[in-house]
Amino acid sequence: MHPAYSVIFFTTASGMGYGLLILLGVLAQADMLPASRSLGLVSLGIALTAVTFGLLSSMRHLGHPERVLRAYTQWRSSWLSREGVLATMTYVPAGLFAAGWIGFGDVGGIWRFCGLAAAVLAGFTVYSTGMIYATLRPIHAWCNRWVVPTYLSLALFTGALWLHAILLLFGHDTAQAPLVVLLTLLPALYIKWRYWRFIGRTRAASTPETATGLGPIGKVRLLDPPRTQTTYVTREMGYRIARKHAAKLRRHGYVFLFALPFVLTVVAAETASWTAACAAAAAALSGSVGVVVERWLFFAEAKHVVTFYHGAQAA
Amino acid sequence: MTSLPRDPGPKKLGLVIDLDTCVGCHACALSCKEWNAGGVAAPLPDWDPYGADPEGVWFNRVHAFEAGDGADGRTVHFPRSCLHCDEPACVTVCPTGASYKRQEDGIVLVDEDLCIGCKLCSWACPYGAREYDHDAGVMKKCTLCIDRIYNTNLPEVERVPACVAACPTSARHFGDLGDPESPVARLVAERGGYDLMPEMDYRPVNKYLPPRLKRDDAASATGSAASPGTEPEPEGDGRFLRWLNATLSR
Repeated sequence: MHPAYSVIFFTTASGMGYGLLILLGVLAQADMLPASRSLGLVSLGIALTAVTFGLLSSMRHLGHPERVLRAYTQWRSSWLSREGVLATMTYVPAGLFAAGWIGFGDVGGIWRFCGLAAAVLAGFTVYSTGMIYATLRPIHAWCNRWVVPTYLSLALFTGALWLHAILLLFGHDTAQAPLVVLLTLLPALYIKWRYWRFIGRTRAASTPETATGLGPIGKVRLLDPPRTQTTYVTREMGYRIARKHAAKLRRHGYVFLFALPFVLTVVAAETASWTAACAAAAAALSGSVGVVVERWLFFAEAKHVVTFYHGAQAA
Repeated sequence: MTSLPRDPGPKKLGLVIDLDTCVGCHACALSCKEWNAGGVAAPLPDWDPYGADPEGVWFNRVHAFEAGDGADGRTVHFPRSCLHCDEPACVTVCPTGASYKRQEDGIVLVDEDLCIGCKLCSWACPYGAREYDHDAGVMKKCTLCIDRIYNTNLPEVERVPACVAACPTSARHFGDLGDPESPVARLVAERGGYDLMPEMDYRPVNKYLPPRLKRDDAASATGSAASPGTEPEPEGDGRFLRWLNATLSR
Protein backbone atom coordinates (compact mmCIF):
# COMPACT_ATOMS: atom_id res chain seq x y z
CA MET A 1 0.00 0.00 0.00
CA HIS A 2 1.20 3.49 -0.83
CA PRO A 3 2.63 5.06 2.36
CA ALA A 4 0.95 8.48 2.32
CA TYR A 5 2.84 10.89 4.56
CA SER A 6 -0.33 12.64 5.68
CA VAL A 7 -1.76 9.38 7.04
CA ILE A 8 1.56 8.31 8.59
CA PHE A 9 1.89 11.65 10.37
CA PHE A 10 -1.76 11.52 11.42
CA THR A 11 -1.67 8.04 12.95
CA THR A 12 1.69 8.51 14.71
CA ALA A 13 1.11 12.07 15.99
CA SER A 14 -2.48 11.54 17.07
CA GLY A 15 -1.54 8.12 18.45
CA MET A 16 1.09 9.71 20.66
CA GLY A 17 -1.29 12.52 21.66
CA TYR A 18 -4.07 10.12 22.59
CA GLY A 19 -1.61 7.87 24.44
CA LEU A 20 -0.42 10.88 26.48
CA LEU A 21 -4.03 11.89 27.13
CA ILE A 22 -4.89 8.37 28.32
CA LEU A 23 -1.92 8.32 30.70
CA LEU A 24 -2.68 11.81 32.08
CA GLY A 25 -6.32 10.83 32.67
CA VAL A 26 -5.35 7.59 34.37
CA LEU A 27 -2.64 9.24 36.50
CA ALA A 28 -5.12 11.94 37.60
CA GLN A 29 -7.48 9.17 38.61
CA ALA A 30 -4.71 7.53 40.63
CA ASP A 31 -3.92 10.88 42.30
CA MET A 32 -0.41 10.74 40.89
CA LEU A 33 -0.53 13.93 38.85
CA PRO A 34 1.08 17.15 40.21
CA ALA A 35 -1.47 19.98 40.12
CA SER A 36 1.12 22.36 38.60
CA ARG A 37 -0.60 24.60 36.04
CA SER A 38 2.44 24.95 33.79
CA LEU A 39 2.83 21.18 33.70
CA GLY A 40 -0.84 20.92 32.73
CA LEU A 41 -0.42 23.53 30.03
CA VAL A 42 2.58 21.81 28.48
CA SER A 43 1.48 18.18 28.81
CA LEU A 44 -2.14 18.67 27.69
CA GLY A 45 -0.90 21.25 25.19
CA ILE A 46 1.44 18.73 23.57
CA ALA A 47 -1.19 15.97 23.66
CA LEU A 48 -3.97 18.05 22.11
CA THR A 49 -1.66 19.78 19.61
CA ALA A 50 -0.37 16.41 18.39
CA VAL A 51 -3.93 15.10 18.10
CA THR A 52 -5.20 18.21 16.34
CA PHE A 53 -2.33 18.48 13.86
CA GLY A 54 -2.67 14.78 13.20
CA LEU A 55 -6.37 15.11 12.45
CA LEU A 56 -5.80 18.16 10.24
CA SER A 57 -3.04 16.31 8.40
CA SER A 58 -5.38 13.38 7.75
CA MET A 59 -7.78 15.81 6.11
CA ARG A 60 -5.07 16.87 3.68
CA HIS A 61 -5.40 13.65 1.72
CA LEU A 62 -9.15 14.14 1.23
CA GLY A 63 -10.47 15.19 -2.15
CA HIS A 64 -13.14 17.37 -0.51
CA PRO A 65 -11.98 18.42 2.99
CA GLU A 66 -14.79 20.98 3.11
CA ARG A 67 -17.33 18.15 3.20
CA VAL A 68 -15.66 16.51 6.21
CA LEU A 69 -18.70 16.97 8.45
CA ARG A 70 -20.43 14.34 6.29
CA ALA A 71 -18.03 11.82 7.78
CA TYR A 72 -19.87 11.99 11.11
CA THR A 73 -23.00 10.42 9.65
CA GLN A 74 -22.15 6.76 9.02
CA TRP A 75 -20.98 5.64 12.46
CA ARG A 76 -23.38 2.69 12.33
CA SER A 77 -21.33 0.94 9.65
CA SER A 78 -17.99 2.70 9.14
CA TRP A 79 -14.98 2.60 11.48
CA LEU A 80 -13.62 5.73 9.79
CA SER A 81 -16.82 7.55 10.70
CA ARG A 82 -16.65 6.18 14.27
CA GLU A 83 -13.05 7.40 14.52
CA GLY A 84 -14.16 10.89 13.49
CA VAL A 85 -17.05 10.94 15.96
CA LEU A 86 -14.91 9.64 18.86
CA ALA A 87 -12.00 11.98 18.04
CA THR A 88 -14.36 14.94 18.18
CA MET A 89 -16.13 13.74 21.34
CA THR A 90 -12.76 13.36 23.08
CA TYR A 91 -12.21 17.14 22.87
CA VAL A 92 -15.12 17.83 25.25
CA PRO A 93 -13.87 16.07 28.43
CA ALA A 94 -10.25 16.80 27.43
CA GLY A 95 -11.09 20.50 27.20
CA LEU A 96 -12.82 20.43 30.61
CA PHE A 97 -9.88 18.51 32.09
CA ALA A 98 -7.56 21.18 30.68
CA ALA A 99 -9.81 23.94 32.07
CA GLY A 100 -9.64 22.45 35.54
CA TRP A 101 -5.95 21.75 35.49
CA ILE A 102 -4.68 24.86 33.70
CA GLY A 103 -7.45 27.28 34.73
CA PHE A 104 -7.94 26.28 38.36
CA GLY A 105 -4.82 24.27 39.11
CA ASP A 106 -7.07 21.40 40.16
CA VAL A 107 -6.88 17.80 38.94
CA GLY A 108 -9.29 16.40 41.54
CA GLY A 109 -13.06 16.21 41.89
CA ILE A 110 -15.08 16.75 38.74
CA TRP A 111 -11.93 17.57 36.73
CA ARG A 112 -10.53 14.17 37.55
CA PHE A 113 -13.68 12.57 36.18
CA CYS A 114 -13.28 14.62 32.97
CA GLY A 115 -9.70 13.34 32.66
CA LEU A 116 -10.91 9.77 32.95
CA ALA A 117 -13.65 10.33 30.37
CA ALA A 118 -11.07 11.86 28.00
CA ALA A 119 -8.80 8.84 28.56
CA VAL A 120 -11.60 6.37 27.77
CA LEU A 121 -12.69 8.24 24.63
CA ALA A 122 -9.07 8.61 23.50
CA GLY A 123 -8.62 4.86 23.92
CA PHE A 124 -11.69 4.14 21.81
CA THR A 125 -10.49 6.61 19.16
CA VAL A 126 -7.17 4.77 18.78
CA TYR A 127 -9.10 1.48 18.78
CA SER A 128 -11.24 2.79 15.90
CA THR A 129 -8.13 3.82 13.96
CA GLY A 130 -6.80 0.29 14.32
CA MET A 131 -10.15 -1.20 13.32
CA ILE A 132 -10.20 0.81 10.06
CA TYR A 133 -7.18 -1.23 8.99
CA ALA A 134 -8.01 -4.48 10.77
CA THR A 135 -11.33 -4.82 8.93
CA LEU A 136 -9.90 -4.43 5.41
CA ARG A 137 -10.03 -8.06 4.23
CA PRO A 138 -8.15 -7.47 0.94
CA ILE A 139 -4.99 -6.60 2.90
CA HIS A 140 -3.59 -9.60 4.75
CA ALA A 141 -0.94 -7.57 6.60
CA TRP A 142 -3.71 -5.41 8.11
CA CYS A 143 -6.65 -7.73 8.54
CA ASN A 144 -5.27 -9.68 11.49
CA ARG A 145 -5.46 -9.71 15.26
CA TRP A 146 -2.12 -7.95 15.81
CA VAL A 147 -3.07 -4.64 14.19
CA VAL A 148 -5.41 -3.13 16.79
CA PRO A 149 -3.07 -4.11 19.69
CA THR A 150 -0.19 -2.54 17.72
CA TYR A 151 -2.01 0.78 17.38
CA LEU A 152 -3.08 0.80 21.04
CA SER A 153 0.23 -0.31 22.53
CA LEU A 154 2.32 2.08 20.42
CA ALA A 155 0.00 4.98 21.25
CA LEU A 156 0.45 4.27 24.97
CA PHE A 157 4.19 3.69 24.69
CA THR A 158 4.98 6.83 22.67
CA GLY A 159 2.67 8.79 24.98
CA ALA A 160 4.56 7.41 28.00
CA LEU A 161 7.91 8.46 26.51
CA TRP A 162 6.69 12.04 26.12
CA LEU A 163 5.06 12.05 29.56
CA HIS A 164 8.35 10.98 31.14
CA ALA A 165 10.25 13.70 29.29
CA ILE A 166 7.73 16.41 30.20
CA LEU A 167 7.69 15.43 33.87
CA LEU A 168 11.48 15.55 34.06
CA LEU A 169 11.67 18.86 32.18
CA PHE A 170 9.36 20.27 34.87
CA GLY A 171 11.47 18.81 37.63
CA HIS A 172 9.04 16.09 38.67
CA ASP A 173 11.54 13.29 39.12
CA THR A 174 9.36 10.35 40.08
CA ALA A 175 10.20 6.67 40.20
CA GLN A 176 6.86 5.80 38.60
CA ALA A 177 7.33 7.61 35.27
CA PRO A 178 10.21 5.45 33.94
CA LEU A 179 8.29 2.43 35.22
CA VAL A 180 5.28 3.47 33.12
CA VAL A 181 7.61 3.76 30.10
CA LEU A 182 9.03 0.29 30.61
CA LEU A 183 5.61 -1.23 31.34
CA THR A 184 4.24 0.14 28.07
CA LEU A 185 7.40 -0.74 26.13
CA LEU A 186 7.19 -4.45 26.83
CA PRO A 187 3.72 -5.14 25.33
CA ALA A 188 4.44 -2.83 22.40
CA LEU A 189 7.68 -4.67 21.62
CA TYR A 190 6.08 -8.10 22.00
CA ILE A 191 3.09 -7.20 19.80
CA LYS A 192 5.22 -5.63 17.08
CA TRP A 193 7.54 -8.64 17.08
CA ARG A 194 4.54 -10.99 16.79
CA TYR A 195 3.07 -8.80 14.03
CA TRP A 196 6.24 -8.97 11.93
CA ARG A 197 6.53 -12.69 12.56
CA PHE A 198 2.89 -13.13 11.52
CA ILE A 199 3.18 -11.26 8.21
CA GLY A 200 6.51 -12.98 7.53
CA ARG A 201 5.11 -16.47 7.97
CA THR A 202 1.59 -16.23 6.55
CA ARG A 203 0.10 -15.28 3.21
CA ALA A 204 -3.29 -14.11 2.03
CA ALA A 205 -5.69 -16.94 1.22
CA SER A 206 -6.18 -15.39 -2.22
CA THR A 207 -3.88 -16.20 -5.14
CA PRO A 208 -3.76 -15.31 -8.84
CA GLU A 209 -5.71 -18.56 -9.33
CA THR A 210 -8.61 -17.54 -7.06
CA ALA A 211 -8.53 -13.96 -8.38
CA THR A 212 -9.11 -15.17 -11.93
CA GLY A 213 -10.83 -18.49 -11.24
CA LEU A 214 -8.44 -20.05 -13.77
CA GLY A 215 -6.75 -22.33 -11.21
CA PRO A 216 -8.32 -25.51 -12.66
CA ILE A 217 -6.35 -24.92 -15.88
CA GLY A 218 -3.04 -24.46 -14.09
CA LYS A 219 -0.70 -21.87 -12.65
CA VAL A 220 -1.87 -18.35 -13.53
CA ARG A 221 0.47 -15.59 -14.76
CA LEU A 222 -0.30 -12.11 -16.01
CA LEU A 223 0.48 -11.89 -19.71
CA ASP A 224 -0.68 -8.39 -20.53
CA PRO A 225 -1.75 -5.73 -18.04
CA PRO A 226 -4.81 -3.63 -18.90
CA ARG A 227 -2.82 -0.42 -19.11
CA THR A 228 0.33 1.03 -20.62
CA GLN A 229 1.25 3.29 -17.70
CA THR A 230 0.42 3.31 -14.00
CA THR A 231 -3.16 3.75 -12.83
CA TYR A 232 -4.71 5.00 -9.61
CA VAL A 233 -5.06 1.39 -8.46
CA THR A 234 -1.48 0.35 -9.23
CA ARG A 235 -0.05 3.43 -7.52
CA GLU A 236 -2.31 3.34 -4.45
CA MET A 237 -2.44 -0.42 -3.93
CA GLY A 238 0.63 -1.66 -5.78
CA TYR A 239 3.40 -0.01 -3.76
CA ARG A 240 6.38 -2.33 -3.58
CA ILE A 241 9.31 -2.27 -1.22
CA ALA A 242 12.34 -4.47 -1.69
CA ARG A 243 12.61 -7.19 0.93
CA LYS A 244 16.15 -6.17 1.90
CA HIS A 245 15.09 -2.55 2.46
CA ALA A 246 12.16 -3.71 4.57
CA ALA A 247 14.46 -5.87 6.72
CA LYS A 248 16.85 -2.95 7.17
CA LEU A 249 14.03 -0.58 8.09
CA ARG A 250 12.63 -3.10 10.56
CA ARG A 251 16.00 -3.14 12.30
CA HIS A 252 15.96 0.67 12.38
CA GLY A 253 12.43 0.46 13.75
CA TYR A 254 13.53 -1.83 16.58
CA VAL A 255 16.50 0.40 17.40
CA PHE A 256 14.78 3.81 17.34
CA LEU A 257 11.42 2.66 18.68
CA PHE A 258 12.52 0.24 21.39
CA ALA A 259 16.28 -0.15 22.02
CA LEU A 260 17.36 3.51 22.24
CA PRO A 261 14.31 4.64 24.26
CA PHE A 262 14.90 1.72 26.65
CA VAL A 263 18.54 2.62 27.23
CA LEU A 264 17.83 6.37 27.48
CA THR A 265 14.94 5.82 29.89
CA VAL A 266 17.16 3.74 32.15
CA VAL A 267 19.79 6.49 31.95
CA ALA A 268 17.15 9.07 32.86
CA ALA A 269 16.00 6.97 35.81
CA GLU A 270 19.54 6.55 37.10
CA THR A 271 20.63 10.17 36.73
CA ALA A 272 19.21 13.45 37.97
CA SER A 273 18.20 16.96 36.91
CA TRP A 274 19.23 18.06 33.39
CA THR A 275 21.02 14.88 32.42
CA ALA A 276 17.90 12.90 33.21
CA ALA A 277 15.64 15.37 31.43
CA CYS A 278 17.83 15.35 28.31
CA ALA A 279 17.98 11.56 28.27
CA ALA A 280 14.18 11.30 28.57
CA ALA A 281 13.67 13.91 25.85
CA ALA A 282 16.08 12.02 23.58
CA ALA A 283 14.14 8.82 24.32
CA ALA A 284 10.89 10.53 23.31
CA LEU A 285 12.40 11.87 20.07
CA SER A 286 13.95 8.50 19.22
CA GLY A 287 10.63 6.75 19.89
CA SER A 288 8.82 9.24 17.66
CA VAL A 289 11.27 8.63 14.82
CA GLY A 290 10.91 4.91 15.39
CA VAL A 291 7.14 4.96 15.27
CA VAL A 292 7.21 6.86 11.97
CA VAL A 293 9.51 4.17 10.54
CA GLU A 294 7.16 1.50 11.93
CA ARG A 295 4.08 3.18 10.44
CA TRP A 296 5.78 3.71 7.07
CA LEU A 297 6.55 -0.01 6.98
CA PHE A 298 3.00 -0.82 8.08
CA PHE A 299 1.86 0.68 4.78
CA ALA A 300 4.78 -0.18 2.52
CA GLU A 301 4.90 -3.85 3.52
CA ALA A 302 1.13 -4.36 3.17
CA LYS A 303 0.10 -6.01 -0.08
CA HIS A 304 -3.38 -5.71 -1.52
CA VAL A 305 -4.99 -8.67 -3.30
CA VAL A 306 -5.85 -6.43 -6.26
CA THR A 307 -2.16 -6.71 -7.21
CA PHE A 308 -2.96 -10.24 -8.45
CA TYR A 309 -4.64 -8.57 -11.40
CA HIS A 310 -1.43 -6.66 -12.10
CA GLY A 311 1.15 -9.42 -11.92
CA ALA A 312 1.72 -10.17 -8.22
CA GLN A 313 2.06 -13.83 -7.28
CA ALA A 314 1.47 -13.56 -3.52
CA ALA A 315 -0.02 -11.05 -1.09
CA MET B 1 -26.69 5.36 4.22
CA THR B 2 -23.75 3.01 3.96
CA SER B 3 -25.38 0.21 5.88
CA LEU B 4 -26.45 -2.40 3.37
CA PRO B 5 -30.16 -2.59 2.52
CA ARG B 6 -31.79 -4.45 5.42
CA ASP B 7 -34.32 -5.96 3.08
CA PRO B 8 -32.51 -6.47 -0.23
CA GLY B 9 -34.92 -7.00 -3.06
CA PRO B 10 -34.89 -10.16 -5.15
CA LYS B 11 -33.49 -8.34 -8.14
CA LYS B 12 -29.71 -8.49 -8.62
CA LEU B 13 -28.67 -6.90 -11.86
CA GLY B 14 -25.25 -7.86 -13.06
CA LEU B 15 -23.02 -9.18 -15.80
CA VAL B 16 -21.98 -12.64 -16.86
CA ILE B 17 -18.63 -12.63 -18.64
CA ASP B 18 -17.74 -15.55 -20.84
CA LEU B 19 -13.98 -16.08 -20.72
CA ASP B 20 -14.33 -18.68 -23.46
CA THR B 21 -15.53 -16.26 -26.09
CA CYS B 22 -13.77 -13.06 -25.01
CA VAL B 23 -11.10 -12.28 -27.57
CA GLY B 24 -9.57 -9.37 -25.66
CA CYS B 25 -10.49 -6.71 -28.24
CA HIS B 26 -11.06 -4.03 -25.56
CA ALA B 27 -14.26 -2.87 -27.29
CA CYS B 28 -16.12 -3.15 -23.96
CA ALA B 29 -13.51 -1.02 -22.19
CA LEU B 30 -13.54 1.65 -24.89
CA SER B 31 -17.30 1.69 -25.17
CA CYS B 32 -17.54 1.98 -21.37
CA LYS B 33 -15.14 4.91 -21.41
CA GLU B 34 -17.02 6.59 -24.22
CA TRP B 35 -20.47 6.23 -22.67
CA ASN B 36 -19.42 7.16 -19.15
CA ALA B 37 -17.37 10.15 -20.27
CA GLY B 38 -20.75 11.67 -21.05
CA GLY B 39 -22.97 9.77 -18.63
CA VAL B 40 -23.90 10.05 -14.98
CA ALA B 41 -20.27 9.79 -13.76
CA ALA B 42 -18.98 12.26 -16.36
CA PRO B 43 -16.40 13.43 -17.01
CA LEU B 44 -14.02 10.48 -16.88
CA PRO B 45 -10.77 12.39 -16.92
CA ASP B 46 -7.54 11.56 -18.69
CA TRP B 47 -4.26 13.12 -17.71
CA ASP B 48 -1.44 13.67 -20.17
CA PRO B 49 -3.44 11.75 -22.79
CA TYR B 50 -1.05 12.42 -25.68
CA GLY B 51 2.12 12.64 -23.61
CA ALA B 52 4.67 10.15 -22.43
CA ASP B 53 2.75 9.10 -19.34
CA PRO B 54 -0.96 8.97 -20.15
CA GLU B 55 -3.36 7.96 -17.43
CA GLY B 56 -7.09 8.02 -16.92
CA VAL B 57 -10.11 6.77 -15.05
CA TRP B 58 -11.59 3.59 -16.53
CA PHE B 59 -14.39 1.46 -15.14
CA ASN B 60 -13.63 -1.59 -17.21
CA ARG B 61 -10.19 -2.96 -18.03
CA VAL B 62 -9.19 -6.04 -20.01
CA HIS B 63 -6.30 -8.14 -18.73
CA ALA B 64 -4.70 -11.15 -20.41
CA PHE B 65 -3.59 -14.10 -18.32
CA GLU B 66 -1.76 -17.30 -19.09
CA ALA B 67 -3.00 -20.34 -17.22
CA GLY B 68 -1.20 -23.68 -17.22
CA ASP B 69 1.90 -24.66 -19.18
CA GLY B 70 2.78 -26.12 -22.52
CA ALA B 71 0.08 -27.81 -24.56
CA ASP B 72 -2.31 -27.56 -21.61
CA GLY B 73 -1.75 -23.85 -21.23
CA ARG B 74 -4.29 -21.23 -22.23
CA THR B 75 -4.25 -17.53 -22.86
CA VAL B 76 -7.37 -16.04 -21.33
CA HIS B 77 -8.61 -12.52 -21.94
CA PHE B 78 -10.09 -11.24 -18.76
CA PRO B 79 -12.32 -8.15 -18.55
CA ARG B 80 -12.63 -6.78 -15.03
CA SER B 81 -15.11 -4.24 -13.69
CA CYS B 82 -17.26 -3.70 -10.59
CA LEU B 83 -18.93 -6.97 -9.57
CA HIS B 84 -21.78 -5.22 -7.65
CA CYS B 85 -21.20 -7.52 -4.68
CA ASP B 86 -23.92 -8.60 -2.27
CA GLU B 87 -21.53 -7.85 0.63
CA PRO B 88 -19.71 -4.78 -0.67
CA ALA B 89 -17.28 -3.62 2.01
CA CYS B 90 -16.61 -0.59 -0.22
CA VAL B 91 -20.07 0.56 0.84
CA THR B 92 -19.93 -0.20 4.55
CA VAL B 93 -16.52 1.46 5.08
CA CYS B 94 -17.72 4.75 3.54
CA PRO B 95 -17.86 7.39 6.29
CA THR B 96 -20.19 9.78 4.48
CA GLY B 97 -22.98 7.75 2.92
CA ALA B 98 -21.70 8.50 -0.58
CA SER B 99 -21.30 4.81 -1.40
CA TYR B 100 -24.48 2.83 -1.41
CA LYS B 101 -26.08 -0.36 -2.65
CA ARG B 102 -29.51 0.05 -4.19
CA GLN B 103 -32.27 -1.95 -2.55
CA GLU B 104 -34.28 -2.28 -5.77
CA ASP B 105 -31.68 -3.83 -8.07
CA GLY B 106 -28.45 -4.29 -6.08
CA ILE B 107 -26.39 -1.81 -8.10
CA VAL B 108 -23.50 -0.26 -6.13
CA LEU B 109 -23.14 3.47 -6.76
CA VAL B 110 -21.29 6.56 -5.52
CA ASP B 111 -23.13 9.82 -4.85
CA GLU B 112 -20.44 12.24 -6.00
CA ASP B 113 -22.05 15.12 -4.12
CA LEU B 114 -21.47 13.37 -0.79
CA CYS B 115 -18.03 11.83 -1.44
CA ILE B 116 -15.15 13.44 0.49
CA GLY B 117 -12.51 11.56 -1.51
CA CYS B 118 -11.01 9.61 1.43
CA LYS B 119 -10.33 6.64 -0.91
CA LEU B 120 -11.04 4.06 1.81
CA CYS B 121 -13.62 2.34 -0.44
CA SER B 122 -10.92 1.66 -3.02
CA TRP B 123 -8.81 0.00 -0.32
CA ALA B 124 -11.77 -2.14 0.69
CA CYS B 125 -12.37 -3.46 -2.85
CA PRO B 126 -10.43 -6.66 -3.63
CA TYR B 127 -11.18 -6.26 -7.34
CA GLY B 128 -9.77 -2.80 -8.03
CA ALA B 129 -13.12 -1.63 -9.33
CA ARG B 130 -12.94 1.92 -8.02
CA GLU B 131 -10.77 4.60 -9.56
CA TYR B 132 -10.18 8.02 -8.07
CA ASP B 133 -10.80 11.17 -10.10
CA HIS B 134 -8.30 13.63 -8.66
CA ASP B 135 -9.72 16.48 -10.73
CA ALA B 136 -13.14 16.14 -9.15
CA GLY B 137 -11.74 14.86 -5.82
CA VAL B 138 -14.23 11.99 -5.72
CA MET B 139 -14.22 8.23 -6.26
CA LYS B 140 -15.77 6.86 -9.43
CA LYS B 141 -16.91 3.43 -10.45
CA CYS B 142 -19.01 1.35 -12.83
CA THR B 143 -22.69 2.26 -12.59
CA LEU B 144 -23.83 -0.78 -14.59
CA CYS B 145 -24.84 1.99 -17.04
CA ILE B 146 -27.76 2.96 -14.88
CA ASP B 147 -28.33 5.80 -17.35
CA ARG B 148 -28.80 3.29 -20.18
CA ILE B 149 -30.58 0.32 -18.67
CA TYR B 150 -33.55 2.36 -17.40
CA ASN B 151 -33.36 5.01 -20.10
CA THR B 152 -36.73 5.12 -21.85
CA ASN B 153 -35.32 7.53 -24.44
CA LEU B 154 -33.32 4.63 -25.84
CA PRO B 155 -34.87 1.88 -27.93
CA GLU B 156 -35.51 -1.11 -25.68
CA VAL B 157 -32.83 -3.19 -27.36
CA GLU B 158 -30.18 -0.64 -26.37
CA ARG B 159 -31.10 -0.65 -22.67
CA VAL B 160 -28.10 -2.74 -21.71
CA PRO B 161 -24.72 -1.59 -20.34
CA ALA B 162 -22.47 -0.08 -23.01
CA CYS B 163 -19.89 -2.86 -22.59
CA VAL B 164 -22.54 -5.50 -23.32
CA ALA B 165 -23.83 -3.65 -26.35
CA ALA B 166 -20.29 -3.27 -27.72
CA CYS B 167 -19.07 -6.85 -27.35
CA PRO B 168 -18.60 -8.33 -30.84
CA THR B 169 -18.42 -11.92 -29.60
CA SER B 170 -21.36 -11.83 -27.17
CA ALA B 171 -19.00 -12.61 -24.33
CA ARG B 172 -20.88 -10.24 -22.01
CA HIS B 173 -24.41 -10.90 -20.82
CA PHE B 174 -26.58 -8.59 -18.74
CA GLY B 175 -29.55 -9.57 -16.65
CA ASP B 176 -31.12 -10.35 -13.28
CA LEU B 177 -28.92 -12.85 -11.46
CA GLY B 178 -31.34 -12.90 -8.54
CA ASP B 179 -33.93 -14.71 -10.65
CA PRO B 180 -32.85 -18.35 -11.09
CA GLU B 181 -35.01 -18.59 -14.22
CA SER B 182 -33.42 -15.59 -15.95
CA PRO B 183 -31.33 -16.33 -19.06
CA VAL B 184 -28.16 -15.10 -17.33
CA ALA B 185 -28.76 -17.22 -14.23
CA ARG B 186 -29.39 -20.28 -16.40
CA LEU B 187 -26.25 -19.54 -18.37
CA VAL B 188 -24.30 -19.47 -15.09
CA ALA B 189 -25.88 -22.76 -14.01
CA GLU B 190 -25.20 -24.47 -17.35
CA ARG B 191 -21.65 -23.30 -17.78
CA GLY B 192 -20.44 -23.46 -14.18
CA GLY B 193 -20.18 -19.70 -13.72
CA TYR B 194 -18.11 -18.72 -10.70
CA ASP B 195 -17.21 -15.86 -8.32
CA LEU B 196 -13.83 -14.12 -8.32
CA MET B 197 -12.00 -14.54 -4.98
CA PRO B 198 -14.91 -16.31 -3.26
CA GLU B 199 -12.70 -16.58 -0.13
CA MET B 200 -13.09 -12.81 0.37
CA ASP B 201 -16.77 -13.43 1.03
CA TYR B 202 -17.93 -10.29 -0.79
CA ARG B 203 -20.41 -12.47 -2.74
CA PRO B 204 -20.06 -10.82 -6.16
CA VAL B 205 -23.18 -10.67 -8.30
CA ASN B 206 -21.23 -10.70 -11.58
CA LYS B 207 -20.16 -14.18 -12.64
CA TYR B 208 -17.42 -15.46 -14.92
CA LEU B 209 -17.88 -18.43 -17.26
CA PRO B 210 -14.74 -20.59 -17.48
CA PRO B 211 -13.00 -21.27 -20.78
CA ARG B 212 -14.34 -24.49 -22.29
CA LEU B 213 -12.13 -27.55 -22.38
CA LYS B 214 -10.05 -27.94 -25.49
CA ARG B 215 -11.25 -30.35 -28.18
CA ASP B 216 -9.08 -33.28 -27.08
CA ASP B 217 -9.79 -32.76 -23.39
CA ALA B 218 -13.50 -32.43 -24.04
CA ALA B 219 -13.56 -35.66 -26.04
CA SER B 220 -11.80 -37.55 -23.28
CA ALA B 221 -13.66 -35.90 -20.41
CA THR B 222 -16.57 -37.96 -19.20
CA GLY B 223 -19.88 -36.36 -18.45
CA SER B 224 -18.88 -33.05 -20.04
CA ALA B 225 -22.00 -31.47 -21.39
CA ALA B 226 -20.28 -28.69 -23.26
CA SER B 227 -19.14 -29.43 -26.78
CA PRO B 228 -16.09 -27.41 -27.69
CA GLY B 229 -16.43 -24.28 -29.69
CA THR B 230 -20.20 -24.15 -29.78
CA GLU B 231 -22.82 -22.59 -27.56
CA PRO B 232 -24.42 -25.11 -25.21
CA GLU B 233 -27.82 -26.19 -26.47
CA PRO B 234 -30.27 -24.53 -24.10
CA GLU B 235 -32.94 -26.83 -22.77
CA GLY B 236 -36.63 -25.93 -22.36
CA ASP B 237 -36.83 -22.26 -23.29
CA GLY B 238 -34.40 -22.70 -26.14
CA ARG B 239 -36.15 -20.24 -28.37
CA PHE B 240 -36.05 -17.56 -25.71
CA LEU B 241 -32.32 -17.99 -25.15
CA ARG B 242 -31.71 -17.92 -28.88
CA TRP B 243 -33.78 -14.76 -29.11
CA LEU B 244 -31.79 -13.22 -26.25
CA ASN B 245 -28.55 -14.23 -27.88
CA ALA B 246 -29.65 -12.69 -31.16
CA THR B 247 -30.83 -9.54 -29.38
CA LEU B 248 -27.65 -9.09 -27.42
CA SER B 249 -25.56 -9.83 -30.48
CA ARG B 250 -27.07 -6.99 -32.51
